[in-house]
Amino acid sequence: MKERLQAWVPKLVLGPSFLLILFFVYGFILYTGYLSVSDSKMLPSYGFVGLDNYERLWKLRHWTNSLKNLAIFGILYIVICSVLGLLLAILLDQKIRAEGVLRPIYLYPMALSFIVTGTAWKWFLDPGIGLEHTMQTWGWESFEFDWIKSRTHAIYVVVIAAVWQSSGFVMAMFLAGLRGVDPDIIRAAEIDGASRTRIYRRIIIPMMRPVFLSAFVVLAHLAIKSYDLVVALTGGGPGQATELPATFMYSYTFSRNLMGIGASSAIIMLIMIFSIIVPYLYTELRADRRT
Amino acid sequence: MSNSEASIVDDRSLSSGSKFGARAGRAFLYLVLILFAVYYLLPLYVMLVNSFKPLDEIRRGDMMALPDMWTIAPWASAWSTAQIGVQATGLKPYFMNSIAMVVPAVLISTVLGSLNGYVLTKWRFRGDGIVFGLLLLSCFIPFQIVLIPMARMLGILGLAGSTSGLVLVHVVYGLGFTTLFFRNYYAAFPTELVRAAQIDGAGFFRIFYRILLPSSGPIIVVSVIWQFTNIWNDFLFGASFADVDSVPMTVALNNLVSSSTGVKEYNVHFAGAVLAALPTLVVYVVSGRYFVRGLMAGAVKG
Repeated sequence: MKERLQAWVPKLVLGPSFLLILFFVYGFILYTGYLSVSDSKMLPSYGFVGLDNYERLWKLRHWTNSLKNLAIFGILYIVICSVLGLLLAILLDQKIRAEGVLRPIYLYPMALSFIVTGTAWKWFLDPGIGLEHTMQTWGWESFEFDWIKSRTHAIYVVVIAAVWQSSGFVMAMFLAGLRGVDPDIIRAAEIDGASRTRIYRRIIIPMMRPVFLSAFVVLAHLAIKSYDLVVALTGGGPGQATELPATFMYSYTFSRNLMGIGASSAIIMLIMIFSIIVPYLYTELRADRRT
Repeated sequence: MSNSEASIVDDRSLSSGSKFGARAGRAFLYLVLILFAVYYLLPLYVMLVNSFKPLDEIRRGDMMALPDMWTIAPWASAWSTAQIGVQATGLKPYFMNSIAMVVPAVLISTVLGSLNGYVLTKWRFRGDGIVFGLLLLSCFIPFQIVLIPMARMLGILGLAGSTSGLVLVHVVYGLGFTTLFFRNYYAAFPTELVRAAQIDGAGFFRIFYRILLPSSGPIIVVSVIWQFTNIWNDFLFGASFADVDSVPMTVALNNLVSSSTGVKEYNVHFAGAVLAALPTLVVYVVSGRYFVRGLMAGAVKG
């Protein structure tokens, strides 16, 4: 009897967490999924309207703009963070004496809230008091940097702030990868007379493939989820210049009272993220089991 | 690596020219690294320096300059008198709200995560892979997908707008990460020790308490830091579910900075931003190593 009970204990311990996740994550996804095909406006309502919300969603300039902004932001964010991260990691991997000081400096923005980052960059790049004004006070009268107020360029300001926040993290990922490279391989290449650049280009960087993949997955899903930074930095403006799917969902659901459309946009965000993350986790977990 | 390379270079050419080249390259390398350090530190510097200036000094120009007249008035204002929303309370009550939310949420999610990791590695059962997969996948969902049902559920539970409601939310959406940390950590722990204790008649909790927990120090630190940073920095849930008595620091800071009434007190905004950043920055400075480990565990390994 006691033995039987013992066998159940582990499941009883794991059970509550599992049920919480099942309900609050997967149950909620289904619920939002249903709302996206319902006639919900200000409050949830359960009249079935088929794919109407999705059709209306794709006709909205506001939504297509958010997707276009996400494409610009996402691509630049991922590419610049990866390039910068790899570059910094390689530079730091040259037996730098001050590495213990520099590495934490590159990485600390990751510990900050996006609201703090947004506030700092918002005023730092504000033409009235920030960089532009400072450069002009220093005597560079013609210096202009008013992207944050520009409908065409504000999205790049979001990229600048986001890259500042995340590139150190990518650096840490690459650095861990570089430190994992077998030194014998490099020594062998050196004996063969390969130059330093050649060793990096031909041997080390190709070996970083898994790190590139992890960095891509992490950055892509962060980009799709980006919300706080835009709220603090630009509030989605000027106009809709920095509106992203996450801010779109929030304003349609809670300010414009079009919950059905808000829910359908959330479903699209989920599909975007899952199409990146599910294959990744699947292969990672399978590789895990094999070892 | 670069040492051996340097020796090869030296063997081949002993001319002082190439030695000079190597040294110049080295200096250039350090220059680039230092420039990057300046780039990462600049916003923090700007925030700090300008939080000690009177407002008219900021308006006059030069954001990079040290204050002519140092003042802590912006800090006092940000902490206790600045207008947040409709009330002139400063950030202090919201700082307390954040603490009241973060402490229980971190503790509960870490305890549950450690037990889950223990079960998933040492008491495996049919289908445990699926359970773990679902927990893991929950880390990555865009939270927009749960906002509407969560708002309703908190209402039904009578937790709408309360700190307890936010604690529940953060525990639920942090479980995936804490479970991941402990599962990966305990996977490397010798299962034979657990089996031996079992044969000696030790039960589930006794084994956990006596054998696994004593060696779990590092991963507990990782989990606590990760959860603390994420929950303290959260904005979306705070903005969606908090009420006057539970609004966290990040939301209050955003209200302070984006409020459109009156003059924009940049110095107060900067002081407020540093106040909001301080707890996570302190944790980072004190135990950055564990912070990075958490980041890596969350990113690199599934």
